[in-house]
Amino acid sequence: MSEKQEWPLWEVFVRSKAGLDHKHCGSLHAADPQMAIQLARDVYTRRQEGTSVWVVRSDQITASDPGEKSSYFDPMEDKVYRHPTFYVLPKSLDHM
Amino acid sequence: MPASITVSSHPTVQYLLRIGDTCLIHAQRLAEWSGHAPIVEEDIALTNMALDLIGQARAVLTRAGSLEAELGGEAHDEDQLAFLRDERDFRNCTIVELPRGDFAVTMLRNCALAIFLKLLWERLAASSDAELAAIAGKAVKEARYHQEHASGWVVRLGDGTAESAARSKAALVLLWPYFAEIFDDDAIDDAAAASGLGPRWSALADDWRAELGAVLAAAKLEPPAERAFRSTGKTGVHSEHLGYVLAEMQMLQRTYPGGVW
Repeated sequence: MSEKQEWPLWEVFVRSKAGLDHKHCGSLHAADPQMAIQLARDVYTRRQEGTSVWVVRSDQITASDPGEKSSYFDPMEDKVYRHPTFYVLPKSLDHM
Repeated sequence: MPASITVSSHPTVQYLLRIGDTCLIHAQRLAEWSGHAPIVEEDIALTNMALDLIGQARAVLTRAGSLEAELGGEAHDEDQLAFLRDERDFRNCTIVELPRGDFAVTMLRNCALAIFLKLLWERLAASSDAELAAIAGKAVKEARYHQEHASGWVVRLGDGTAESAARSKAALVLLWPYFAEIFDDDAIDDAAAASGLGPRWSALADDWRAELGAVLAAAKLEPPAERAFRSTGKTGVHSEHLGYVLAEMQMLQRTYPGGVW
């Protein structure tokens, strides 16, 4: 198959129940958005995994460069003060 | 080889067998795509739909078998009805037993049947038989999705490349003469309509034509002219193809009676 004939790749996001986020669960090939939604339903929600499905063309996603992982994410290792764990909470607030 | 069973000729049982057998044989043909569809996603989709139809067939055949006893005959379970009936006792429309064909044939047949079954389940949801009404309430959701999936493909192929358009046209010419049988009424329909069990299938013809016509128009396909030919699967007289389907489907139970795994 030449590159021109190959169906585009789509990333699939499934929401398992109302109130939760859509979570990335995989990808598939489809010719158009409607087919992508249908196939996502058929491939990724066969066992009641979902109540809602999103699909996004994979080539529409801009991703961070894995080669820049160390400069992007390693500097956060020693910044514990960015977690709001030093505040003393009032007793009336049990959980946060 | 276990002896074949004889099924009640009561119109209520026969009406249910027409539904259950049409779902069952249609499912067998769809399942033939398992491992052979052009892409893995579609392979899963077609198998899912075949399993939906098997589920519907199981429920309807189970109800038909229990009604046999309620109507004074011998009870049969779903397995006996599926695996121990002879070809002439199957009551599916001939259209579902035709070979699976290419993808255009499969999608056009599934689209036309899904529209028909959706319209039928919608009406059966108000059946005087509470169990059949419950089965219909669940099945109609499945049929709606089958219609959406298959009609998308009919449009994509019919209004696609020169090759896919030619194959879609050939599929339409091949299948069209077999659709008429579905909507031809007889005494079984009269009895079902009178008892409130379910609609005459002819009552669904106008809506079916309108919905399928809209899909065909979007697919740039012209419905062929009506012909005098009528298939007769609903009365048990089948095409040469059903025997082969049954030979494969019934082989295990006929060879190892009562076998389970």
